[in-house]
Amino acid sequence: MNEGIVVAEMTADVPMQYGLLLAAVLFSLGVIGVLARRNIIFILMSIEIMLNAAGLAFIAAGARWAAADGQIMFILILALAAAEVSVGLALILQFYHRTVTVDADAASEMRG
Amino acid sequence: MLDLLALVPAFPLFGFAILFITAGTLPRRWIAAIGVGSVGISAILALIVAAGFLSAQQPYTQIVWRWMAIGGFNSAVGFYLDALSVVMMLVVTFVSFLIHLYSAEFMADDEGYSRYFAYMNLFVAAMLVLVLADNLLLLYLGWEGVGLCSYLLIGFWYRDPANGLAARKAFVVTRVGDTAMVIGLFVLFTHLGALEIQPLMQRAQESWPVGSGLAIAAAGLLLGGALGKSAQLPLQVWLPDAMAGPTPVSALIHAATMVTAGVYLIARTHVLYELAPPIHTAVAVIGALTLLLAAFSALNQTDLKRILAYSTISQIGYMFLALGVGAWAAAIFHFMTHAFFKALLFLAAGVVIQRLHEEHDIFRMGGLRRRLPLAFWSFLIGSASLAALPFIDAGFYSKDLILWETWNSGANGPWLWLAGIVGAFLTAIYIFRAVFVVFFGPVNIEPEGRTGFAIAVPLIVLSLLALAGGFVEIPEYLGGIPAFTELLSAVLPNPPSLTAPTASSALAGVLTGIAALLAMLGVAVAFVAFLDRPAFVTRLIESPVGVTLQRFWAAGWGFDWLYDRALTRPFVWLAQLNRSDIIDFFYAGVAWLSEAGWRLLSRSQTGLVRWYAAGVAFGSATLIILAVFA
Amino acid sequence: MMLLWIFLVLLIGGALAWLAQRGGRDWPRWVSLIVLVVDLVLVLMVWSENYEVASVASRGTWFAELDLPWIPMLGIRFHLGLDGLSLLLILLTIGLGIMAVAASWSEITDRVGFFHFNLLWTLAGTVGVFLALDLFLFFFFWELMLFPMYFLIAIWGHERRVYAAIKFFLFTQGSGLLMFVAILALVFINHQQTGATTFDYFALSGTELDASTEMLIMLGFFIAFAVKLPAVPLHTWLPDAHTEAPTAGSVILAGILLKTGAYGLLRFAVPLFPDAAMSFAPVAMALGVIGTLYGAVLAFAQDDMKRLVAYTSVSHLGFVLLGIYAWNELALQGAVVQMLAHGLSTGGLFILVGALQERLHTRDMRQMGGLWARMPRLSAIGMFFAIASLGLPGLGNFVGEFLILLGAFSRSAGFAIAGAVGLVASAIYALILVQRAFHGEPRGAAALPDFSVRHMTIMAVMIATLIWLGFYPQPVIDTFRPGLGNLHQLATGQAEAAR
Repeated sequence: MNEGIVVAEMTADVPMQYGLLLAAVLFSLGVIGVLARRNIIFILMSIEIMLNAAGLAFIAAGARWAAADGQIMFILILALAAAEVSVGLALILQFYHRTVTVDADAASEMRG
Repeated sequence: MLDLLALVPAFPLFGFAILFITAGTLPRRWIAAIGVGSVGISAILALIVAAGFLSAQQPYTQIVWRWMAIGGFNSAVGFYLDALSVVMMLVVTFVSFLIHLYSAEFMADDEGYSRYFAYMNLFVAAMLVLVLADNLLLLYLGWEGVGLCSYLLIGFWYRDPANGLAARKAFVVTRVGDTAMVIGLFVLFTHLGALEIQPLMQRAQESWPVGSGLAIAAAGLLLGGALGKSAQLPLQVWLPDAMAGPTPVSALIHAATMVTAGVYLIARTHVLYELAPPIHTAVAVIGALTLLLAAFSALNQTDLKRILAYSTISQIGYMFLALGVGAWAAAIFHFMTHAFFKALLFLAAGVVIQRLHEEHDIFRMGGLRRRLPLAFWSFLIGSASLAALPFIDAGFYSKDLILWETWNSGANGPWLWLAGIVGAFLTAIYIFRAVFVVFFGPVNIEPEGRTGFAIAVPLIVLSLLALAGGFVEIPEYLGGIPAFTELLSAVLPNPPSLTAPTASSALAGVLTGIAALLAMLGVAVAFVAFLDRPAFVTRLIESPVGVTLQRFWAAGWGFDWLYDRALTRPFVWLAQLNRSDIIDFFYAGVAWLSEAGWRLLSRSQTGLVRWYAAGVAFGSATLIILAVFA
Repeated sequence: MMLLWIFLVLLIGGALAWLAQRGGRDWPRWVSLIVLVVDLVLVLMVWSENYEVASVASRGTWFAELDLPWIPMLGIRFHLGLDGLSLLLILLTIGLGIMAVAASWSEITDRVGFFHFNLLWTLAGTVGVFLALDLFLFFFFWELMLFPMYFLIAIWGHERRVYAAIKFFLFTQGSGLLMFVAILALVFINHQQTGATTFDYFALSGTELDASTEMLIMLGFFIAFAVKLPAVPLHTWLPDAHTEAPTAGSVILAGILLKTGAYGLLRFAVPLFPDAAMSFAPVAMALGVIGTLYGAVLAFAQDDMKRLVAYTSVSHLGFVLLGIYAWNELALQGAVVQMLAHGLSTGGLFILVGALQERLHTRDMRQMGGLWARMPRLSAIGMFFAIASLGLPGLGNFVGEFLILLGAFSRSAGFAIAGAVGLVASAIYALILVQRAFHGEPRGAAALPDFSVRHMTIMAVMIATLIWLGFYPQPVIDTFRPGLGNLHQLATGQAEAAR
């Protein structure tokens, strides 16, 4: 049962907890960004940060157990993020054309 | 001959059907011919049938068709003829015929000529069904039918809402009584298993002891119907207002025939009343009270027709008094003479009112004695008969018989007799007040127009009947030819003077003398007070007490006021309050609640992406926390 | 097979009427009229064939039956049966259907084909309801008559038609689902007992239920039917729906659809659950009496003439409820006569109001008055129906009300007496209607077209039928008698023995 810890000491100098902590902080920053920023471009960037935070968590975990899964997941997230940014930017462009603003709240047409 | 019976009501019904379907498209001459002719044929048929009955002397039943038969319930459209219904049938058809004839001229200029005769014919048909019905359900059909015609004819001049109100009042008030009656039918059928009158009466006698609760309930409920239809206390309020209809209508429906239907009903079901002594006594007491109250009211009216209306209430009070003391035949006798003289009075009054351009106020009339001799003499004869001036007129014989039987009716007899005699005195005063004010004194309005043949004949015939109609029953002290009561003795039990006399026949002369004197004294009082020295009465009326009393009596003892406050207004108020249906508020509340819930939830649908994201974030966080720590 | 045709003719006719629209506006009208007349002839043939049977039969008899498999997996069968009760109500349905088509001849000008399609399909659903002896089939027809009716109100109605249509839909649909749950519960319990899945009326009537379950299931049925009837306090959809529906819709709603509620009570709610129904009877009778009086008082207070007539339905159907739960021969016969007479008298009044609205463009009685002087024929007929509605002897309504009260009196004197008070109340509302619309000083001298020949024919037929019912109801009574036997046999659990 001590084997895991031994492996960690062998392969990395940085403990996994640090990596996860960093991922958590980045993720929180991303969430706060999404919630607090009204500029839609910043919201998109914040989403990117969250995605990368998730990727970092995968990397850290993959390194901890020396498994390839973490890196595979990261590549998947990378692809996802790229797709997301391209679609997102296209939407933002359309949105900007229509409303001449990048304020996300201006997109609300509901009167609930 | 007897099998023509069903045609007696059928002819007026045909007349109605023709006039109703053609709806006024016929020429007036035809309308009159159909309207008057159908009733005329019916009167002739009634005579033939009556002749047949008198030669056979047997009750006769004619079943026309089976109306409804369900399980034990069986009701037919069938007619029953005995001495009582023969008398009723003859009086109804003949008086109706005379009044129809009168109407042919009286209503000649009215735009609703056809409608008028249609309703009148329907009325005669319904009234004949009422008096000839062999079962109580068919009787009820006639009963409601005459009520409907009464409603239609009171509101005949429909343009004036006041007439409509009077008509509705008449229908609804009598319907209150009718509902009591129909419940009475339920009691009778449920407990005796039949509605045919003859078997029913037999079963009642066999299975109910005297004074049994069911007999009292049944008699009391039927009495309710009679009180409504015959305008007796406490349901008398509709009759004075019913004068809104054309005058011949008042004569036929609200004086001669329909309003006496209650008297007929009680006489027809007399067995029940004999089984229910408290109700039987109540009939007499109600009659006595009504005749007094109505007489006071009649004394204070200024509208000629309302005087006659209150007088009708009062005279039917006499009939109820007679029924209540067990003088059944006397009540029917008074019904007959009353039909003659009251129809006569109304028809004469109709002439006066029409010739004076619809003037109803007697104090704006005057001196018409020489201007309208026919109307004067008819009205005078009618008044004499109503006031029961001795010997020369029909009213005297019938009223005298009632008073004599009342005296003989046991311990309470003299008290009831006293009420009757006071009423007779008042009757003489109020009707001769009208005679003196209308026909004597200075001329106020000059009458116009002329009176034709069709109006004159009924007046003359009815005058003769009002004078001579009483000779069918001549009392003992004048020789004693009691033909009328003998005819009815097969149907109706003997009066108290024969079963349990409490007074000697010598007393009969004394009592008759008192009544005769009081009637003449009444005429004299009227003469002095309203023609010779009116100043005294004027002073009396203008005193504070006089003003109050006069108003109170003129308004019919405040019954209208009481019913208005106690019943009509609360009903209307409640109905208006609940117009939009309070129960619907409950469902509206449910709808409102779900709508409110929708509003509340739709608040969250702001369309702000960041709020949705926040929701997702908090939701996920909560779920993760729950998953980890729980 | 005759039964199937009575039903199918309407269904096919409805589709034809829709298609016929291509020919012009008059085509759907004629198609519907012909279809209904053909159907009427079919029903009259069935009646005449069975009239002799009916008048001699004292026990239960079915005039005709049809039993085909439909969804065998669930034991659902296409089971139709015709007895006196169904026959009379189907006659009323088709008769009033003809009146409704004739009455809307000039009123409906928009989407005529679809209108007649809906009309005929509603009638088809109603006929199905009166015939179905399979509970699932019954529910199917129950829904079939609801949807077209919804469209009739929502598309061709008056000012507040959408509100009224939705209210009508929610009330009937909600209560219908309650009934469906009750049906399913009954089927499941029956399945547990016998192991067979069936929706058959006769099979289910033998289900053994403990008292509280029986009461619950009975209430499921009762509420559905009480909404339709309608019984106070479930009646509030009715004034809105009747007032806002087009004339034909009101005639069908009041004349026929309400009767499906009464029919349901007679055919299902009481015979299937006799014990629960008997212990529930005092409540139901009380609701009937309350409905009679409450409806009458509300009718009196209305200004909208159509609303007044609508509330009179609440009042009249209160009598029917009283009669059904009095459950003796007199009261049940009375209830059936009352249903027929109410269909005619109220139908007549609705057609009259429709005609008035076509002429005056208002239903507000404050703006009427004195119409007698301007339209004597219409007014006289209005007076006739008002008088029929107040229960004048000699017209059908009286026979119904009298028999109901007479029957109820032997069951419970108190309820009968309270119900009789309704006779006074009905006089009050009927006469105020006559006064406010027809009597009084005429407003405006402009000539108004009186009833046309078409309207006079409709009215003459309805008047003649009401008088016939009032003076000679015996054929109706004789026809219903074997049907009454059917109900009694089921209620006393001898159904299987009788078959």
